[in-house]
Amino acid sequence: MMAIVKNKVGIVSCSGEELPEGTVSRIATRLVLEKLRPDETVTICLPLFLAGGEDERSFTRVYPTITVDGCEKQCAKVGTSKYSGKPAATLLVTDILKKHPELELASRDELTPEETIVVDLMVEEIVKKVDEILYQQKRMGN
Amino acid sequence: MTKNSLVYVIPCSGIGKTLGTVGRKATYKLIEELRPQETRTTCLALLTVGDKAIVDKIRNVPCISIDGCPVRCAQKNIEASKGLLLKRFLVTDVLRKNRNLKPKGIIKLNPEGEKLAMLLAKEVAITVDNIIRDE
Ligand code: SF4
Ligand code: SF4
Repeated sequence: MMAIVKNKVGIVSCSGEELPEGTVSRIATRLVLEKLRPDETVTICLPLFLAGGEDERSFTRVYPTITVDGCEKQCAKVGTSKYSGKPAATLLVTDILKKHPELELASRDELTPEETIVVDLMVEEIVKKVDEILYQQKRMGN
Repeated sequence: MTKNSLVYVIPCSGIGKTLGTVGRKATYKLIEELRPQETRTTCLALLTVGDKAIVDKIRNVPCISIDGCPVRCAQKNIEASKGLLLKRFLVTDVLRKNRNLKPKGIIKLNPEGEKLAMLLAKEVAITVDNIIRDE
């Protein structure tokens, strides 16, 4: 049995190539991985769950995992649950848009400055979840 | 076979790698600039989770995969969905032909990454034209 890796959280973003919401989830995930929590987070390309092997599918057993999805289809959550295991937390870009109806998304390639506000809000949510999971791990003495 | 007027171009998600971003960028250049009438894309993850609507679609519409690395997630996900995959592209092949280019960045590609993406998009555009002409 694979042991959980201490002090690391997995983040799996949906691929989201077709929709602006998917682009937000990808970019927000990368920002957390590269800039905000580089030492505490890891990722995997979601389609690798199907294309890869047992190593890839063990991801959630090794890292408590947050899924980040663009829309209600929730491909990251569904794909992660189907191939790897239950995510520790799930986040959705459309939930942010519901809370902020003034914000709109239209681009799926280069985001406008206004659209990057949605990215910033998503980044905040992801960081909050990462920190929560790490805090819980610490409290449980992991 | 009925005449094809539309081709699905499906890149890998490539969130972990620069070359995945090059593939996705090439797809956007193709579907938004070079061949907006003839091409569409979809979220690859919909194939990973077996979304019925898109799986049915790609079984009947010609598809092209664009993969960032030899793991070939886009190709394998289309094949596992029994999609009508007519051509497979690999970013590393294009990179090999353009060794002077050093793509960098995942959130934002450097200018050399953008250039590589455009070269790839132009190659894919020729394939799209051939598919539409031949069928
Ligand atoms: S959750 Fe929505 S945006 Fe993300 S990959 Fe699935 S369909 Fe695309
Ligand atoms: S083909 Fe390579 S870069 Fe693309 S999603 Fe798969 S592992 Fe990632």
